[in-house]
Amino acid sequence: MGVKVYGIPMSTATRNVLMVLMEKEVDFELVPVDMKNLGHKSPEHLAMNPFGKVPVYQDDDITLFESRAINRYVASKYEGQGTPLLGSTPKEQALVQQWMEVEGQSYYPPCGALVSQLFFNKIFTGQGPDPAIVEVNEAKFNAVLDIYEARLSESKYLAGDFFSLADIGHLAHTEYFMAHTGKADLINSRKHVAAWWKDISTRPTWKKIKRHV
Amino acid sequence: MKLYGVPGSICTTRVLVTAAEKGLDKTQLQHIPVDISAGDQKKPQYLAIQPFGQVPALQDGDLTLFESRAVIRYLADKYEGQGTPLYGSSNRDRALVEQWLEVESHNFNPHISIVLNELVFTMSRGEDPDTKLVTTHYERLDRVLDVYEAHLSRQKYLAGDFFSLADLSHLPTIFYLIRVAKKPNVIFRRPHVLTWWQLISNRPAWKAIAPSIMTVTKQPKTASTSA
Repeated sequence: MGVKVYGIPMSTATRNVLMVLMEKEVDFELVPVDMKNLGHKSPEHLAMNPFGKVPVYQDDDITLFESRAINRYVASKYEGQGTPLLGSTPKEQALVQQWMEVEGQSYYPPCGALVSQLFFNKIFTGQGPDPAIVEVNEAKFNAVLDIYEARLSESKYLAGDFFSLADIGHLAHTEYFMAHTGKADLINSRKHVAAWWKDISTRPTWKKIKRHV
Repeated sequence: MKLYGVPGSICTTRVLVTAAEKGLDKTQLQHIPVDISAGDQKKPQYLAIQPFGQVPALQDGDLTLFESRAVIRYLADKYEGQGTPLYGSSNRDRALVEQWLEVESHNFNPHISIVLNELVFTMSRGEDPDTKLVTTHYERLDRVLDVYEAHLSRQKYLAGDFFSLADLSHLPTIFYLIRVAKKPNVIFRRPHVLTWWQLISNRPAWKAIAPSIMTVTKQPKTASTSA
């Protein structure tokens, strides 16, 4: 059957999964889910992901949802090929997990909220941003980015001097943040965060995702 | 190993119950309390360990590790050969454990955290809870638990017929909801979720850890200190 990813090109979680598949040199088929017409709430989709979200990953052995879980599975299953993404010692592996958690718990909430308010809202609801929500989340994101600046002054990537799943988890949201919120200076004004962002966002695999997906 | 934590707090407890399931004693995992009433988690000495100023944090030799779900993954792998297996017994099992651990982290926890923050921690500071926030997130928690109810009608635990990190990760927050916030209905009125809760909360490791929550919940706490 090969690998199928049920999702849509615009979905950040879908993009992050496709990035991992590309880095691991795994062929895949992106199966579009018609979210505009609630395809993600259809019985067929709910049978794969009962929470009605994208992406869903399917291969001959398993059907999985939650992009971070999919990414761990793919990185582990295809450990012997493509870019190593998990770290190569127990210490490195632990730090990859830590920064994946930081992304999910501390980076994504304010970054995602700013992207929603300043970009997605207008597209999906026609509404403008709520200034109070923008202010609160910009302050939170600034505080988080200060910590990232300090971390990335110590190591080239988040988990150490190696590119990993932890960095990949930041790609899709940050791409939207940089391109569509008018607040790119939050990243660009921080020397080490800016350098890290430039490095990971100019990887040939990410460029391919942006061109073809 | 050293664990910097707040006794009785949700995220510290998540790590402690994992250590208990693995049969680790205090010589293997030393507990170092962080005094959040004195604001110690925001002082330079602690920020050098955990730059977000949150608890808990683990030190193991030259590794410093934070984020409770990263710490429990680390312990589950480091002590794979002893105590309760927490990742199942195959690659497929492990993938499903990770899936449901992510469900806990991103579908379940966001809503129950806000409910607990308002009903327990805000009130413990003498402030009024935001009832609109509570209602909104209760409703979302309800919808998530509908999925759990259907899922647990087909299998005993979240990742399969074996207890895992995914089930464990729910223990502290559900315990807080039932015993501290005293809002058990979302759990109790769902027969399969209730059966699952009774299974996982009657495990010896949890029964050893849980009383520490009740002895500290009279103390005032600051929200957002846990990670």
